[in-house]
Amino acid sequence: MSPKILLESRQLVKRFGGILATDHVDFQLPQGARHALIGPNGAGKTTFVNLLSGVLTPTSGEIFLDGVNVTGWSARRRAHAGMARTFQINQLFADLTPLETLMLTIAERENAGWSWFRPVGSRSDFVDEAMSLLRQLGIEDIAHGRVGVLAYGKQRLLEIAVALAQKPKVLLLDEPAAGVPEHEREQILDVVAALPGDVALILIEHDMHLVFRFAKSISVLVNGGLFVEGTPEEIANDPRVRKVYLGEEEVNV
Amino acid sequence: MTDMTLSHQPSPEAVKARAVLLGRSRWGIAEIAFWVIAAACYFLLPTKLSLLSEIAILGLLALSIDLVLGYAGIVTLGQGAFFGIGAYAAGLAAKHGAGAGPWSDPLIGLFIGGGFAALIGFLTSFLVLRGSDLTRLMVTLGVALIVDEIVNQAKWLTGGSDGLQGVLPSPVLGIWDFDLFGRTAFIYSMSVLFVLFVIARAIVKSPFGLSLQAIKGNPLRTRAIGMPVNGRLVAIYTIGSFYAGVAGALAAQTTQFASPDYVAFHRSADALLMLVFGGAGHLYGGLLGSIIFRTMQDVLGNITPQYWQFWLGATLVGLVLFVRGGILGLLAGLRDRATRNGGAK
Repeated sequence: MSPKILLESRQLVKRFGGILATDHVDFQLPQGARHALIGPNGAGKTTFVNLLSGVLTPTSGEIFLDGVNVTGWSARRRAHAGMARTFQINQLFADLTPLETLMLTIAERENAGWSWFRPVGSRSDFVDEAMSLLRQLGIEDIAHGRVGVLAYGKQRLLEIAVALAQKPKVLLLDEPAAGVPEHEREQILDVVAALPGDVALILIEHDMHLVFRFAKSISVLVNGGLFVEGTPEEIANDPRVRKVYLGEEEVNV
Repeated sequence: MTDMTLSHQPSPEAVKARAVLLGRSRWGIAEIAFWVIAAACYFLLPTKLSLLSEIAILGLLALSIDLVLGYAGIVTLGQGAFFGIGAYAAGLAAKHGAGAGPWSDPLIGLFIGGGFAALIGFLTSFLVLRGSDLTRLMVTLGVALIVDEIVNQAKWLTGGSDGLQGVLPSPVLGIWDFDLFGRTAFIYSMSVLFVLFVIARAIVKSPFGLSLQAIKGNPLRTRAIGMPVNGRLVAIYTIGSFYAGVAGALAAQTTQFASPDYVAFHRSADALLMLVFGGAGHLYGGLLGSIIFRTMQDVLGNITPQYWQFWLGATLVGLVLFVRGGILGLLAGLRDRATRNGGAK
């Protein structure tokens, strides 16, 4: 029995004026997937993720999350249905602390975000979960500092912690390691590796080393369309892929 | 809950972190001192009680803007509309009751004033959900101008430019009549301000309050984590309108009068100015700002009756240019610097 499809797009199209940013993409992501989305700059990777997560509305086509058509759903509704993402450019709350950020996310997940009379922190189970997430990402020591003044790499880790706090079924990581120092990259990989096996993961990344270490399957996006899909070996040995993409930099797998 | 505590022991770090979080909602010494001094003014400044209750009312109006702007980031120039709606609603109720019966009861009047303002706030909140700061500024200003015009034109109801005469609230709780010296007005306004402040304080320290600050910081991410951003903004805008309406109701009851001046543009602008003076996003900013604003108006008005606004303007420009975040922002900055220096030693 093949694993069920958690996320699917059918003939997904997004136009910005005359530009076809997403070109009739048919895509399936099974449960437990470790899938990398690669492609040259401007291939439409982030547009695709924005369509999947509900930040952008598609021009045409459909999106299914766990078998439900979510094409018309807001980002908020998709998040509640089990979709989480990180952003290529940090989207955090500069005036809050990392702990508060996670408390907020957990409260939202547990439908406790409307609670208005008890102070933040009254739910000790939330605090415990938030702290163990921070520990997992190695940023426990900065739990109470202002997010806005944290080092870039730490913010990147918090970006992932927020998505993990949503306990998603599908997790979209948009260049999580971009701008992160080498030693913290390992931490990101460790965290990703430690995710529950049934979570379906999409990783957009430029760092080929990271992609080939992480991914069990790869899609190459070129000019908004799916160019080719396959296992890392197939992609690495595909002469067409080498030509349009990998050819730019010699890659040793 | 009990199952959880039995099956799962939180880590020592989590226990400490929880203490830090909860510590933020504990009452500090400065806070307690503020309210003790405020109450003591009844004895310290017995000749200024009318002015002090006016300050308390303006402070409540500025607090309502703080909830909406300082926490949720909704820029508004129209809070005066809700103040006016509250004033006229409570004023008309008191007039209708003619000093007797439930319609003239001040506390019921507060709910009538606040309730009407909240209703209009709720209905107009959908206009401020979308758009930039500038759009919101214009929409809130536009709503305030409409309310202002209605108050001026509907003479049969509001008395037009003559104001609403014959506002006769009955004694507070049926015991304390409003007196010439403003004693009842002071205790009444202060008590209402304090009760609403305590509620506002609970709100901003709650998960709901935290979510507002997150929306202010990054609406895109709050949606991505599944937060109903529009619902939260509607809620706080409605609450803010209620607060402004109660402030207006207090004004009508304590002065036994309501005039178009209550809904005029300068009411909104002054209240915003007070908040910026004191510092937005601290809850106390509006209260401090109203004290400073009214005191400056009083003192400078005595020295240079014609030019006091010049000095007010100069102070505002100075504050905004050199001290980001108003007086409380300045104090917070100094405290941070002190702790950092202390930590370095």
